Amino acid sequence: MSESITTKNVTFKVFRFNKDTDYLPYYKEYKMEVTSEEVVLDILNRIKWEHDGSFSYRRSCRHGICGACAMKVNGKGTLACKENMLDLVELFGDEIVIEPSSIKRAVKDLIIDKGDFWEKHDQIQPYLISEIDEHPEMECAVSPEESERLLEADLCIQCGACHYSCPVVELNEDFIGPAAFVKAYRFEADVRDEAHNARLEEVGLPSQGVWDCVKCYECAEVCPKEINPIEKITKLHNMIFDAGISNNKVAERHAVGFAHSIKKHGLLDEAELVRYSEGTVPMLVKHGKVGFKMFTKGKVVMPWNMPKSDKLDEIKTLVKSSMTSKY
Amino acid sequence: MGKLQYALFTGCTAKESTPEQLKSTYAVAEKLGIELIELSEASCCGASHLQDYDDFLSLVLNARNICYAESRGMTMVTICNTCQLNTAMTKHRLDKDPELKARVNEKLAEVGLEYKGTSEITHFLYAIIDDFGLDAIREKVVTPLSQFNIAPFYGCHNIRPSELQNETHRSAENPYNPNSLDDLIIALGGVNVDYEEKNKCCGFHAELQAPKTAAALTGKALMGAMDANADWMVTPCPLCHLKLDTQYEHASHAVGRDVKMPVLHMQQMVGLALGCTPAELGLEHHVSDVDFV
Ligand code: SF4
Ligand code: SF4
Ligand code: SF4
Ligand code: FES
Repeated sequence: MSESITTKNVTFKVFRFNKDTDYLPYYKEYKMEVTSEEVVLDILNRIKWEHDGSFSYRRSCRHGICGACAMKVNGKGTLACKENMLDLVELFGDEIVIEPSSIKRAVKDLIIDKGDFWEKHDQIQPYLISEIDEHPEMECAVSPEESERLLEADLCIQCGACHYSCPVVELNEDFIGPAAFVKAYRFEADVRDEAHNARLEEVGLPSQGVWDCVKCYECAEVCPKEINPIEKITKLHNMIFDAGISNNKVAERHAVGFAHSIKKHGLLDEAELVRYSEGTVPMLVKHGKVGFKMFTKGKVVMPWNMPKSDKLDEIKTLVKSSMTSKY
Repeated sequence: MGKLQYALFTGCTAKESTPEQLKSTYAVAEKLGIELIELSEASCCGASHLQDYDDFLSLVLNARNICYAESRGMTMVTICNTCQLNTAMTKHRLDKDPELKARVNEKLAEVGLEYKGTSEITHFLYAIIDDFGLDAIREKVVTPLSQFNIAPFYGCHNIRPSELQNETHRSAENPYNPNSLDDLIIALGGVNVDYEEKNKCCGFHAELQAPKTAAALTGKALMGAMDANADWMVTPCPLCHLKLDTQYEHASHAVGRDVKMPVLHMQQMVGLALGCTPAELGLEHHVSDVDFV
């Protein structure tokens, strides 16, 4: 405990809003001296206790377990009880903006309506589905190896940090979102679960499902429990192919198209990939204009000019021998 | 400083839809006295989609690409964010999991190769910042970019997940407040523009399957840069470049407002400041015309 405590003067701009009485939100400024021992939640408490008793936010466990205190500091999603305040000052400078996880869902100050988050969970049957013998003769044992397959998806505290950092959740209200995908994976990977295809079909549907993920890695970056949701999303993609329930939709053909192209050229034939994924006519309708502009600028390689990797035979051999999926 | 040498993994885009990116990479390397040896044997990295279909195949192909940098005894340099992520992720997974590495090497042995884990993998942006140095770059500037407000667009796959990314370069980058491109702009004499979308996604990887989402993300990025008074944008990722440079019509439609501006590859920006000609940088290939040179 010999490390000395440091302090810093910080200006906090805090999101304030009461859905019942305010037409628009506003930011209230508080200047405070912050010590290196304080986490963000300490600052929120001080605002409430020393400045304005009506300031509202959720918290409960204060130990990164309940997931109630998720919010954003200068746009970075975090748990208020976990993140050291001065670490954030180091990152963002001494003007700190504190906002709810999702501004458009704000109800009172940092408290949001998390209804959509729970609805998405409901949608993927977030529980074990299994015919249970009411009078079992022995326990249903799960080996350590089998439980490792969950890849710690079961450690999710449902704080919503990933969900409300996901750009697709922000734009498309049908999108199931990273947290519910994690939950879907948690049960799909459970050896006792028997729902399999029903749940997988749900997470594979266009617009709402895994194919609409833009692969931005925001969810992996933000998760305070280091759960890496996009890793689970990739696993769900793999499971959909393995279960043979992918049905030739654009996105699925897009993923498979890579393997075809690599086998042929080593490289990706960009134009051919689009054609294979979408079909010739939809491709021309959707991309014809942009494609033509690109062509005039020398950005389209004709099939007869397609470059090939050297030692293409090696690539062909490996594609043949290492392929683990069939389509 | 001795001559810097790297094994260049071009990726597919630079050989097809962004030929200007390959040209400008070589032009800048020449100005800086960096030698690039092209990994002509390399295959596509799978662009973060092949792994959805077949994760193991994606690992094997990426490991093979790395083998060719290893056999030349060089650091691999990438010029695409997604190539960087896929390749560095492969290295990370194989280096920390001997069992997986053995399974991959069993396949590679069929073509007489072995993945060892001896080569580093870094993006050209970080290679020049780490190894050449911003001060040394500043000294080489012949045409400072001082009359331009430049909006950096980082591209997801160079900054996230930061734990992996920060293994691949020495200058630390924080995905919530990245600084490498900003620092480079400043070193070249330009004015760096701050805007909310600079570390956000352009939507490229959902272009075919979720065109509306993709277009909205591109539109928001262009809009953010325009509203921050940028004269042009710059990105280290050819995929971001494709979105921002060619998709302005879909993007404008998605955000309900005309959004369009010149977008340069990071290499083109450096090249301009170092005195390369527009032709050497392939500026004629842009769909959103580069009208200021
Ligand atoms: S990687 Fe996919 S799920 Fe995760 S935040 Fe990005 S779009 Fe959302
Ligand atoms: S995956 Fe992580 S960020 Fe997302 S809800 Fe669970 S604990 Fe929170
Ligand atoms: S910004 Fe878009 S194109 Fe660039 S790496 Fe990220 S997802 Fe890919
Ligand atoms: S108060 Fe429970 S996680 Fe922060």
